[in-house]
Amino acid sequence: MFLSLIVFLPLAGAAVIAIFARSHPEVAKGIALLTTLLTFAFSLFLYFGFQDTASMQFEERVPWIPSLGISYHLAIDGISLFLVLLTTFFGPICILAAWNSIQKNVPGFMIAFLFLQTGMLGVFCSLDMVLFYVFWEAMLIPMYFLIGIWGGEKRIYAAIKFVLYTMAGGALMLVAILALYVINGKITGNYTFNLLTIQQNMSQLGLSVRVEMFLFLAFFLSFAIKVPLFPFHTWLPDAHVEAPTVGSVILAGVLLKMGTYGMLRFCIPLFPTATFSAVPWISVLAIIGIIYGALVAMVQPDLKKLVAYSSVSHLGFVVLGLFALNSQGIQGGILQMVNHGLSTGALFLIVGMIYERRHTRLIADFGGLAKRMPIFATIFMIITFSSIGLPGLNGFVGEFLVLTGAFLSHKIYAVFAAIGVILAAVYMLWMFQRVVFGKLENPVNATLQDLSIREIALLVPVLLFIIFIGVYPHPFLSRMEASVEHLIQTVHQPVKIQSTVRLQEHRTNPATASLDGPSLSATIENADKLAFNE
Amino acid sequence: MTVTPVLLLLLFPFIGVIINGFFGSRLGKITGVIGTLAIAASWLIAIFAIFLPVVGGAQLDQDLYEWIRSGTLSVSIGFHIDALAAVMILVVTTVSLFIHIYSIGYMRDDPGFFRFFTYLNLFVFAMLILVTANNYLMMFVGWEGVGLCSYLLIGFWYERKSAIDAGKKAFIVNRIGDFGFLLGLFTIFAAFGTFRFEEIFADAAMQSSGVLVAITLLLFVGAIGKSAQIPLYVWLPDAMEGPTPVSSLIHAATMVTAGVYMIARSAPLFDLAHVGLVVAWVGILTAFFAATMALVNNDLKRVLAYSTVSQLGYMFAGVGVGAYAAGIFHLMTHAFFKGLMFLTAGSVMHGMDDELDMRKMGGLRSKMPITFWTFLVGAIAIAGIPPFSGFWSKDEILYSAFQQQHLIWAIGLVTAGLTAFYMFRLIFMTFFGEPRYEESVHPHESPPVMTIPLILLAIPAALIGLVGIGGHNGWFARLLASHGDRGVEVATESVSALALMIPSVLVALFGIVLAYAIYGAHKLPILKLMAPPTGLKKLLVNRYYVDEIYDASIIQPIQFISKYVLWKVVDVGIIDGMVNLIGWLVRGIGSLLRLFQTGRVQAYALSVIIGITVILGYYLLLR
Repeated sequence: MFLSLIVFLPLAGAAVIAIFARSHPEVAKGIALLTTLLTFAFSLFLYFGFQDTASMQFEERVPWIPSLGISYHLAIDGISLFLVLLTTFFGPICILAAWNSIQKNVPGFMIAFLFLQTGMLGVFCSLDMVLFYVFWEAMLIPMYFLIGIWGGEKRIYAAIKFVLYTMAGGALMLVAILALYVINGKITGNYTFNLLTIQQNMSQLGLSVRVEMFLFLAFFLSFAIKVPLFPFHTWLPDAHVEAPTVGSVILAGVLLKMGTYGMLRFCIPLFPTATFSAVPWISVLAIIGIIYGALVAMVQPDLKKLVAYSSVSHLGFVVLGLFALNSQGIQGGILQMVNHGLSTGALFLIVGMIYERRHTRLIADFGGLAKRMPIFATIFMIITFSSIGLPGLNGFVGEFLVLTGAFLSHKIYAVFAAIGVILAAVYMLWMFQRVVFGKLENPVNATLQDLSIREIALLVPVLLFIIFIGVYPHPFLSRMEASVEHLIQTVHQPVKIQSTVRLQEHRTNPATASLDGPSLSATIENADKLAFNE
Repeated sequence: MTVTPVLLLLLFPFIGVIINGFFGSRLGKITGVIGTLAIAASWLIAIFAIFLPVVGGAQLDQDLYEWIRSGTLSVSIGFHIDALAAVMILVVTTVSLFIHIYSIGYMRDDPGFFRFFTYLNLFVFAMLILVTANNYLMMFVGWEGVGLCSYLLIGFWYERKSAIDAGKKAFIVNRIGDFGFLLGLFTIFAAFGTFRFEEIFADAAMQSSGVLVAITLLLFVGAIGKSAQIPLYVWLPDAMEGPTPVSSLIHAATMVTAGVYMIARSAPLFDLAHVGLVVAWVGILTAFFAATMALVNNDLKRVLAYSTVSQLGYMFAGVGVGAYAAGIFHLMTHAFFKGLMFLTAGSVMHGMDDELDMRKMGGLRSKMPITFWTFLVGAIAIAGIPPFSGFWSKDEILYSAFQQQHLIWAIGLVTAGLTAFYMFRLIFMTFFGEPRYEESVHPHESPPVMTIPLILLAIPAALIGLVGIGGHNGWFARLLASHGDRGVEVATESVSALALMIPSVLVALFGIVLAYAIYGAHKLPILKLMAPPTGLKKLLVNRYYVDEIYDASIIQPIQFISKYVLWKVVDVGIIDGMVNLIGWLVRGIGSLLRLFQTGRVQAYALSVIIGITVILGYYLLLR
């Protein structure tokens, strides 16, 4: 029941607001803050109660529509744990960020946000494919309203673009889910939407390479849009620019990770053969995203667009890491999901804070803020360097592991991706300098107030994690280790059966006998050959 | 966890950062004392608990905790203190201490006083991490940490656009070097499965030469960035925008030498990879080209900056030809004499209302005697006049280079002459002759808090070279002997070291005399000095137009392509255009179909009839 409690507590809060506080904005804020704080507090028990094994934990399973094999099935492993925590962590921060900036229909906003939180938590906890799909689509509704009601000038265009993009992907995913259901049912006689059962059965289903690839692509496309992977990213800058601060924070902080999470939960474990043969072009798209996102971010005049394009670049690193298919790559990718959530979420908070003061997001309107706002400048700088990946802060650990993983699987990928490390410094420092340094020339900026206690309070927790993960990432890496190793084994299993070459590799080169390193690249090559032969 | 000397060494600057960083804005001028005391504590530890014990053979290695673990990758935060690290620790803390004391006076009236000392402490902390690390990744942490401090301190006066631009340039150019360092790290891990120095060096002989060449060259790219060698030296002259104590500590004495330290640290790899000559050639060419640019520059600090680039080139030439001890020896003497010269430059600025243009100086010798005499000590040291420190270390490098390739030695010798020339040109223009400054400027000597560090630094700048007497068999070389000074074996004594000293000294004297003949022997009319340069001099004054070439060939095209091709055409035009096109198509087809959904039964009947006609017609007429 514990997971259900966490998933549905925000929804309960939303219901309470809807019933009792429809016309009391202050009460609604209080209830929302309390709810999100409680949700976060409960979710901490998940972390401390979590066993460092690969098994699904806090599992709950109740038949929902037994005739169709649909059940209400929640559980988390070391991968989803951190995404759940990231979601609950940003809850109170978002409510506090919205405290003064949202003026229009506050209770409605709080309801939409809490609804959204339940949707996201549900996505990260569901192990039934129908349940997953329900949460996945349900989450679109509050997001649509967050952008469409509380957004900027072109909010309707952005909201519709966001929803249509995502739904196009969602439709593909639904087809794939149904196809898996039917195929699995026909062959094993067990008609079920249980992800774990289907995953276990996959090797017996005897899918042809073409069918497997087709199903893989259906899932992958819907997730790639969400990430967003180049070239499916053009909804993101519009959505970010038009969304209210909280919308951007939650979009960057959590929503994008649903895409990369989906790849980890569905694409890779369900379709290992297709995954292996897709690695080259997925990696190439990820690398294009890294460099392209950075270059386009560099020339943006609008702060929010700049951060949005930087997300394209950062998420490219995540995808590259995940599809390196080794410990370093996947662990780095998951950690980088958390890191990107923290640093980019914080960047949007920062942008929101100066937007509230100046009602502009154009970089050219600022300059010299350090003089008036030293606390703001200091915090902004730490976050900027976190985003750049400075060692000692969180971003470095994730980026380093991702690049190591990529290097071990294909050297050339890491070489190109590492160019993104240079570019990140270029666009972030240039932006930071134009906003914060220089002479305070615009007289409108001369009266700016430094951060308030509330604003500092909601940034400090993020800062603490940014430093903590940078200095001591162990508590994060150790929790996900077993699950990631398990995932890697799952992926390598079918290939291992078909390939004896790899075993010889092991014997001749004991130094690389574990599941990372050069043996993996050999595996991938074998998989490539297999796919090619078939 | 036991408290070891190394931990304490790092702890004090760290405490300084915390106290000054969080409470500095309320503590006022006391922050300078706090920062200085922190470094003084580290300095005492460095001497008595680290350097002397290590020289005596003590073991101070320690693993603190496991930092990152993933799969077979495991990286610790841990320390390896050998003689090389101990020498570096001693140099870093000593120079830092003097510069901290000096800064109390130099930065006295700056509103960012506490911020300055916070950054300075943070720098020492990061630099000590860099030199104490027992693995490459932790070294990289310190490496990036000092880069951050360099960025913060170059752009310390953040309202000045030139300063923040210089800071950003430094960070980005260093990142280009770090690109190589990072790829080197990955190659190291892929080959060795570890980042630990001792494990890597133990296994190095087992690796293929291709892997070793790749690793060493990639690491060298990192060193080129950090230590400002061709083609990435462009950031260092601009870095002079920072406060002068920063130029002294970071951009002369310590941080910029990190690349040399890294190569000396990686000596076993560089030896096996046989890429030393690449390093040596990059170094000696940089030494020469930087020296030519220093010949004509009129900015006091920039002359010293180009001189630093040039001297770093010597160090690379040294470690490149396998004379690691000589390279580190020159690193050490340079830290003292160049650190000293920057501080004296700061003292000149202090007395001259921040003037940097030497054309507007002259005759300062009598106005600021301590500054003059201490500067002279530094200049003699760098020019290579015995028995001052620079003579011993530079000669050691030239001697080792001679054993390897005569041409490297020859270029080094010419550069030594250039060095003596531009340094004494600086002295004659600044301290001798008639005053050329304006009436409103009243040059004066700096307060004792600044001049005492100058005097204290002048002592090692003059004498520290004596520890290296004896060359390959001297005390210093034997101290670092564990670091495989290849020169020892190569030294075939075809030419004796003594014989090579003679041309060195002659060339230096010639440079000094020439400088005197041009700049010291007669009155320098300011109008003539101010005349626009022509010919070769124009090329040198404009620094071979390298910055302009980089801007036109790299920076501008990337910006143009990013903005007008990637963003405006690819993103907005093509990708979003396709998305919108699909949207339009769907809507268009929808509205087209809507025409048929009229709701009138007659229309539906008509379409049924047309359909039947078409189908029937097809079968009847065409089949």
